[in-house]
Amino acid sequence: MGIETYLEKTPFMPALDYIVNWGRKYSIWPVTFGLACCALEMIVTSSGTWDIARFGSEVFRPSPRQSDLMIVAGTLTKKMAPMVKRIYEQMPEPKWVIAYGACACSGGVFKTYSVVQGVDQILPVDFYVPGCPPRPESLLTAIVKLQKKIEKETLANRKNVRSTIELK
Amino acid sequence: MAEVNLAVKKLQEKFPTSVSEVKTFRDEVNVTVQKKDIFEICKFLYSDPDLQYQMLTDLCGVDFFPESPRFEVVYLLYSMTKQQRLRLKVKVGNSESVSSVESIWKAADWLEREVYDLFGISFDNHPDLRRILLWDGYEGHPLRKDFPVEGPDFDKPFVPEV
Repeated sequence: MGIETYLEKTPFMPALDYIVNWGRKYSIWPVTFGLACCALEMIVTSSGTWDIARFGSEVFRPSPRQSDLMIVAGTLTKKMAPMVKRIYEQMPEPKWVIAYGACACSGGVFKTYSVVQGVDQILPVDFYVPGCPPRPESLLTAIVKLQKKIEKETLANRKNVRSTIELK
Repeated sequence: MAEVNLAVKKLQEKFPTSVSEVKTFRDEVNVTVQKKDIFEICKFLYSDPDLQYQMLTDLCGVDFFPESPRFEVVYLLYSMTKQQRLRLKVKVGNSESVSSVESIWKAADWLEREVYDLFGISFDNHPDLRRILLWDGYEGHPLRKDFPVEGPDFDKPFVPEV
């Protein structure tokens, strides 16, 4: 689709990957999006005490089209699930998902008719952060681990991601 | 119980066949009335100059499964001018309906929708009787006691309609 199709089998690909991933990993923009009490922990992570800006993720975007990361913070109800899925699909590639808190990971204490038992039923989750709610440090750990994951990604793989999306 | 509540006295005078039970517990008055008269009783309590129960604090449903009649609809009333509270109760059987009090208290609109949503008790003459908390197309009424807490399709993967 882009430059990676021309450079894929050349020696320049690792260098291109390195530069692009270096840029990506230090400016992960999360979408402003919270579902329940875990969202308060997410908000406080951006405050001065924990300061998510140290890891380049302080720009919480109010629009999914400008975001790379979705932090699903809180209980996902079945009524809310279509909206969350739609926000995820509006985000441009590349995009990552952190399931933040016990409810987002597995449904938590809410083994009920109205709660989705883990957001991995509807979204591809990169990192699970357990806790009820997790400490802000846990979110920072997840972001650092996400940076490590982004380092290892290659633009060549992104083509596969694209090919799974049906373009109309 | 030395003094009888004025509302109870007036109800017993005006609807002698309808008031089936009067209970007082910690100065809270509970009146159980017949289902067929509930609209007239509510209208009377609202408009009578000595009572003026002009505020519907809450309207809720109770499931007494497996008793019969199964459900109960509870009306919590408050008179702002007289500063009196009253609790009305109506027994409702399975697949029976109650007349809506939405034309008396506007607040009853959403409260009756909630009772309809979670208990499946339908209200006659309600202007817009739809589900309020659960989404359209949901099957079942979760606050019924024979409804499984996990829901009927707990084991199946959840696929949202986007």
